[in-house]
Amino acid sequence: MYKIVKKRLLIPGQTSMLQIHAPQIAAKARPGNFVMLRVHEQGERIPLTIADADPEGETITLVFLVVGKTTAHLNTLEQGDEIADVCGPLGRPTEIERKGTVVCVGGGTGVAAMHHIAKGHHRAGNRVIAIVGARSQDLLLFCDELESFCPEVRIATDDGSRGHQGFVTEVLQQLIDDGEDIAEVVAVGPVPMMRAVAGVTKPHGIKTTVSLNSIMVDGIGMCGACRCSVGGETRFACVDGPEFDGHEVDFDELWGRLGQFREQEAQSMELFHQCRCGGDQ
Amino acid sequence: MTRPQKTKKKILPRVAMPEQPALERACNFEEVTLGYTAELARQEAMRCLQCKRPLCRDGCPVEIDIKAFIGCLQEDDLDGAHAVIRDYNSLPAVCGRVCPQESQCEGKCVLSAKGEPVAIGRLERYVADAFAARQEADDPCTALTGAPVCASDKPLRVACVGGGPAGLSCAGHLAAQGARVTVFEALHEVGGVLVYGIPGFRLPKDVVRREVEAMRGLGVVFRTNWVGGCTFELSELFDQGFDAVFIGVGAGLPRFLNVPGENLLGVFSANEYLTRVNLGRANAFPAYDTPPPPTGRVVVVGGGNVAMDAARTALRLGAEKVTILYRRTEAEMPARVEEVHHAKAEGVEIHCLCSPVSFNGDQGQHLVSVSAQLMELGEPDESGRCRPVCLEGQVTEIPADTAIIAVGTQPNPVLLRATPDLPLNRWGYIEADPETGETALPNVFAGGDIVTGAATVISAMGAGRRAAKAILERFGS
Repeated sequence: MYKIVKKRLLIPGQTSMLQIHAPQIAAKARPGNFVMLRVHEQGERIPLTIADADPEGETITLVFLVVGKTTAHLNTLEQGDEIADVCGPLGRPTEIERKGTVVCVGGGTGVAAMHHIAKGHHRAGNRVIAIVGARSQDLLLFCDELESFCPEVRIATDDGSRGHQGFVTEVLQQLIDDGEDIAEVVAVGPVPMMRAVAGVTKPHGIKTTVSLNSIMVDGIGMCGACRCSVGGETRFACVDGPEFDGHEVDFDELWGRLGQFREQEAQSMELFHQCRCGGDQ
Repeated sequence: MTRPQKTKKKILPRVAMPEQPALERACNFEEVTLGYTAELARQEAMRCLQCKRPLCRDGCPVEIDIKAFIGCLQEDDLDGAHAVIRDYNSLPAVCGRVCPQESQCEGKCVLSAKGEPVAIGRLERYVADAFAARQEADDPCTALTGAPVCASDKPLRVACVGGGPAGLSCAGHLAAQGARVTVFEALHEVGGVLVYGIPGFRLPKDVVRREVEAMRGLGVVFRTNWVGGCTFELSELFDQGFDAVFIGVGAGLPRFLNVPGENLLGVFSANEYLTRVNLGRANAFPAYDTPPPPTGRVVVVGGGNVAMDAARTALRLGAEKVTILYRRTEAEMPARVEEVHHAKAEGVEIHCLCSPVSFNGDQGQHLVSVSAQLMELGEPDESGRCRPVCLEGQVTEIPADTAIIAVGTQPNPVLLRATPDLPLNRWGYIEADPETGETALPNVFAGGDIVTGAATVISAMGAGRRAAKAILERFGS
């Protein structure tokens, strides 16, 4: 069992942050790694990217958006509660070396994982420019954390409540147009965002790394549920990724595969809400 | 068959094992075969001729003294029979159910030349089940060692990386000799392929749990969610005070066919299909959260046990129709004869001599059909089996909502990548001494699918046992 040491609601009812006691995982976790998590005995194994790790404090930090039953259930847990299984750190870590300016783009909950990668690049001596996107100001995540080490944090909101009104891609395009010498762009977020970022950088030949959030069953290379096409070849996001060259990923296929169990996920979610309403009465 | 037979003694037919009726069992996940009763077991044991020079034992990868244990059964000595088996095999209830006996012990039985061989596997299962049923629930030690008190701890400490058949067999043998063993399992449940791969209707999960509990009683420590190469490195195990390490992490990574459309929605690896149900209990969705794979018209590609398991699982999940495509003929199928027989009886159709050339989808990327090339058998290849040859221009289209690929596995890269100094063979599996399992790294042993490529539960157990013996010899126990 893995104890929740701290919980913080980042966006009430929608996004939370958990610090979980997992000494072995904390000691090994590197930017880009993820864990497989199962909330309880009847639960489903789901992958979550590690947002931060503290080897001394023996904890890892996970940030999740409530999208289905597992994350909804996870969000009912409080500090002191325990999670049945947390397994990791899995996946290949981000390739980090000193290379100059790295632009890290994050959208939605993906900002959490992006933050860990950005921190890695910063520690390796790279100049990190962060671009953070959200629908509006109150849905922005990790801006303060990023500001603590990034020389520049640029923000884009759909409604213009903070920073640029529009998409993160427009901010990125501006940086490129301004002649910024970019060694690499890292994008973590919703599939349409990652696809759009790769579309912006491709004509300029800027190396672009995306982190895929595929469906996984085991997360250790056994099932192939997370397979994706990269440069025309089938790769497994769990053991070959989760990071790939954004110019080579077949995002249409990824998008389709992410929706493969949508019906059952909706059914699970509805039953979960019924049970909880019943329980509260 | 018209030749006059010279047999002096009439050979009785082998005693059938009771099983659930085919049409009934095709709708549930309960065990298909029900096991011998004491009387049926005695009847079958009496068929054994107790040969002076028994051949059956040569066919057993863990060299069980088969003649001796059946001899005990002939004298109604269940304890004696169990004592014989447990000297060689830490998981008899599992092996009695899943070994391909027809190509092992039973294949060598002299009776098979004249009629049906002794049902050694069924007898082994009977001994394990009947013995366990008599044990006190809180006395797992006896089940494995026959002694109510476990052997005293010796200083030897061994880490088994991987909690499947190879690791469990290695751990069981070492622990029975008093070694302190820790098993590191990557998934949340111990058992490897026994829990994620082989369905409950063939190997009930309680049987696996019972055998694991028996090992716990021997002092074996199990750590789940520990992934070799991720959560820990091999070298760290020695730093932690382990004297030897046994690697039994399995083959794992599923092979695909590399034909167009393989990533369409509705196309699964057999590993995913089976893991969802066996490990994730997707058959009990929504009481369990793991979503089940879709059903409808299901096409399974492959001719091994995994293909049979997937096909029969699909039936039980409610598939309208299940068709197996295999590129050779039934005679070449690597699956156990009993599995093919059971699958057919339950309503699975088998199309031989055809192999998919593409998976075809609709605009929403959902699978709608499988195009399969028809084949004929040509000259034998290096494996001795006839090579399937394409029949020019003969491609058939089979409507399908779900396709399951069961054409084998390749080495799982996770541990191997993290251990670059561990030499591999030309197929990418770990190079290990066939007798002892020792690798090129000092005191690191390996066995099972990660050494041989995908094989059987019992051959992995044999490798685990040989490594355990070698480790005990090395450390003078």
